[in-house]
Amino acid sequence: MSENRDLFSKFDDIIQVRENLLASGVEDPFSLVMEKVLSPTRAICNGRDTILLGTYNYMGMTFDPDVIEAGKQALENYGSGTTGSRVLNGTYQGHKECEEALREFYGMDHAMVFSTGYQANLGIISTIAGKGDYIVLDIDSHASIWDGCALGKAEIVPFKHNDIEALENRLRRIPEGAGKLVVLEGVYSMLGDIAPLKEMIAIAKKYGAMVLVDEAHSMGFIGEHGRGVAEAQGVIDDVDFVIGTFSKSVGTVGGFCVSNHPKFEIMRLVCRPYVFTASLPPSVVATAATSIRKLMHGSNKRAHLWENSKRLHAGLTGLGFTLGTKEPQSAIVAVIMPDLEKGAAMWEALLKEGLYVNLARPPATPANMTLLRCSLCAEHSSEEVETILGMFERAGKAVGII
Amino acid sequence: MDRAAVDAIIRTLIEPFNKKGVDIAEGTTFAGDLEFDSLTVMDFVAAIEDEFDIIISMNQQAEIENFGQLVDAVSKLQGE
Repeated sequence: MSENRDLFSKFDDIIQVRENLLASGVEDPFSLVMEKVLSPTRAICNGRDTILLGTYNYMGMTFDPDVIEAGKQALENYGSGTTGSRVLNGTYQGHKECEEALREFYGMDHAMVFSTGYQANLGIISTIAGKGDYIVLDIDSHASIWDGCALGKAEIVPFKHNDIEALENRLRRIPEGAGKLVVLEGVYSMLGDIAPLKEMIAIAKKYGAMVLVDEAHSMGFIGEHGRGVAEAQGVIDDVDFVIGTFSKSVGTVGGFCVSNHPKFEIMRLVCRPYVFTASLPPSVVATAATSIRKLMHGSNKRAHLWENSKRLHAGLTGLGFTLGTKEPQSAIVAVIMPDLEKGAAMWEALLKEGLYVNLARPPATPANMTLLRCSLCAEHSSEEVETILGMFERAGKAVGII
Repeated sequence: MDRAAVDAIIRTLIEPFNKKGVDIAEGTTFAGDLEFDSLTVMDFVAAIEDEFDIIISMNQQAEIENFGQLVDAVSKLQGE
């Protein structure tokens, strides 16, 4: 005798929420299609000419002529894919050159490229913290960090977002002799706020913990060399592992970890999400390496990106929107919506105006917030930012948010 | 501290999180009866950790479903 239980019944609640939302007649925020991409800041989305303000393409490298040319050449010379793991047949000249570019960019001894940023966190965290070790992490950490914790065997201890005292209390109570890893992010992508890394890393070191910082949303434009928030706060030398991604400022796909740990190279043999997956295609690592080298000299673009972020933040504040941070801290400006229905309506109104932003909703967001997340690009012109503000004003009034 | 004393303290700590005023018994569950979401769990666990100066890792939390189990776990961690 067996009862047939539909394994999908556990998703019934979320199916219902989605159906209710779509029944209101709103365009599906999670099925947008970009039919044509015109530039880092413009695309044809669902048939409309649209300004892109939700792509994390911070430095606009996706259409850089040098980057495109490097990709084309690699595609011609090395083929479309490696069909293999990095530890078997999947390490090409391009992968080594990409890792060399990363070592130079960060001024660190070791660099390891993963097939995605998600896998970089998943792999490094689950591998270095084992049974009996402790991972102390911010409660608002990215899903890839949480999944790295879930994949490993360490004891997981979260602390309240950006709360220095809560971090110290947890570290202080960890049993004597246990291995400790503190996991932080430079920029938290939901609200665009930065972490007090200087204070937190000092505390981590005081308790003998190793420190991993995810700088996915800061690479290329925060810190003197674009190495991220840890560099900007003068503590990058105390970071044991920096995790990053190619899918934001670098403008392609892939992830990495850089480190000065003398034994770091052993990761290539013991880190399962690195070993048991195919390496990035030659064209991807060629575009990444070219882009990373160009980002070393991007100070003018960086300055313009900051101007854009400050202008958008000030403009939206002036219009009466509630934002995730009081001051602009990164290239992410999060607009807090009263609820999912209003958020979806606002998202749709903006899309019809010709503006794409990210609709972010629980469980991805902190405190069950619904957010319209804007990420600026160095290629947005000052005029475009003014246009964007006009779109927000009209949509906000139409939906009744301002 | 004996189990009864731990029980009394946790009963006090749970009050601000018990929005619906559910009667707390040994078998009262956090997810089901008290409808705690993940953020509430974090704040509640932090309150207990700070009060007793202990750590309850998420791995340990996964084994704790009801009030009685929590009192047992805290009593044990206290003694260590």
